[in-house]
Amino acid sequence: MNIEETPLPGIGVRRELRLANGRRMGVVTHRDGQTELIISRRDDPDACAASIPLSAEESSALGALLGATQLIAQLSAEQKDVPGVTTHQILIREGSEYAGRPLGDTHMRTRTGTSIVALLRGGDVIGSPRPDQLLEPGDLAVIVGTDEGLAEAALILQSRT
Amino acid sequence: MDPTTLSLIQLGIVFFGLGFLGRLAGRIGMSPVPLYLLGGLAFGEGGLVNLGGIEDFAHIASEIGVILLLLMLGLEYTARELVTGLRQSWMAGLLDLVLNMLPGVAVALILGWGPVGALVMAGITYSSSSGIIAKVLGDLGRLGNRETPVVLAILVIEDLAMAAYLPILTAVLAGVSFLGGLTALGISLAVISAVLVGALRYGHIVSSALDSPDRESFLLKLLGAALLVAGVASALQVSAAVGAFLLGIAISGGTAENATRVLEPLRDLFAAMFFVLFGLNTDPGTIPPVLGFALILAVVTAATKVSTGWWAARSQGIATMGRARAGAALIARGEFSIVIAGLAVASGAVPAELAALATTYVLIMAVFGPVAARYVEPFVRLFQGKKSPEPEPSF
Repeated sequence: MNIEETPLPGIGVRRELRLANGRRMGVVTHRDGQTELIISRRDDPDACAASIPLSAEESSALGALLGATQLIAQLSAEQKDVPGVTTHQILIREGSEYAGRPLGDTHMRTRTGTSIVALLRGGDVIGSPRPDQLLEPGDLAVIVGTDEGLAEAALILQSRT
Repeated sequence: MDPTTLSLIQLGIVFFGLGFLGRLAGRIGMSPVPLYLLGGLAFGEGGLVNLGGIEDFAHIASEIGVILLLLMLGLEYTARELVTGLRQSWMAGLLDLVLNMLPGVAVALILGWGPVGALVMAGITYSSSSGIIAKVLGDLGRLGNRETPVVLAILVIEDLAMAAYLPILTAVLAGVSFLGGLTALGISLAVISAVLVGALRYGHIVSSALDSPDRESFLLKLLGAALLVAGVASALQVSAAVGAFLLGIAISGGTAENATRVLEPLRDLFAAMFFVLFGLNTDPGTIPPVLGFALILAVVTAATKVSTGWWAARSQGIATMGRARAGAALIARGEFSIVIAGLAVASGAVPAELAALATTYVLIMAVFGPVAARYVEPFVRLFQGKKSPEPEPSF
């Protein structure tokens, strides 16, 4: 992917990529660290339809979210050739039985045959979590397994105390 | 009353009033420069109230104001940006220079101000306000636009050109001969090149020499260095302002960012004093006779800036609307024009009407520039005969 970098003297740097539909999308990074998300206008590709100021947390969260979609897509793609195996994401809600407890407590693999391959937390990706990894409310668990196994896993993770 | 007491009271009134004007400018989203000029006009000779007791302070404060304005302008750019800007856009920069200096020269010659007046007016109509323009582009969300780097590159070249123009102007205003002027230009070009090369290679040394984790000592070192360099430059006939600008370029990286943060309030304070002093020294009674010329000059130089931006944007393959936006963005004139007029008026080498014309002209351009930048799109659409912009169906 070709990222075009344009210096904006006195202001900062603009980095953008050309989307397949011809539009430009990118980020303006100001000298003081402020970030702006930009997307070009459809009727006037020189101009911007939107330039959205983002705080440091917001932009890193957005970045990880976009990266995470890619991770999930990648996982699904890898399992495409394995019949009957799919990827699913399950949200650990507030008040769930396993919120605040280590991952190992779920005994997911023994009970359902599925495995939790990643946790998405606040924009970060925790890859291949170990059994001692604590689950927190708001975590998105990325699970791989058969359809039946995934249905069971959802019931377990969403059960309430 | 004791003169010191009187000065304190008058200074208090001025700063307090400026505070309100600055707030008002922020509210309606315009540059405070024209309001400060108006404030100075109101408080000065022939204005509503005559404040005579603050001249001494105002004089040195406005000198420091100009030095800080230029120092911070230098801080905004890295040497690399200046060199790349110069390499990529020198054609547009040259067109900008020729098209926008000519109207000033013409007006000065028509009004009989001679070659010195022509040189001064050339600078006043040439220099766009990088401060106003950068702010307007940010406010209008145009930093992602394709024509924006074109506009910024022209501003970079203008600021570099100022570093060559100001020493010549200083020398000419001081009544130095043609040869003396050439020498000043030679010295300043040599100094600029040396500083650019030095800043590219050794900028970090200057930066680390000035840097300090302690805020207070950092501020004192910075200000001390700025005044020292400005003073030495002034003694070399290179103009104090240029010295400060070059020091700003030499400071780079994190030090530059910290310096901007520390110096900003000081610059605002002293630069406000500079604009007020300029207004103070201008008698509002001299404005009506030059108003017509200022308006004509405003129309003509708005057109020449639009042509410059249009041409530069077109050469980068940007479509009609973007060309118009680039042109309109460049219209605003501001602090630099007043800096030039201030230097000229202080030297006494130009007639008083020049100050009146410069004030009126900057008042018009500093207000009209941002307005033009904002409303250029509907205006162009009107011309193209298209009704309303097609609403963005979805992002």
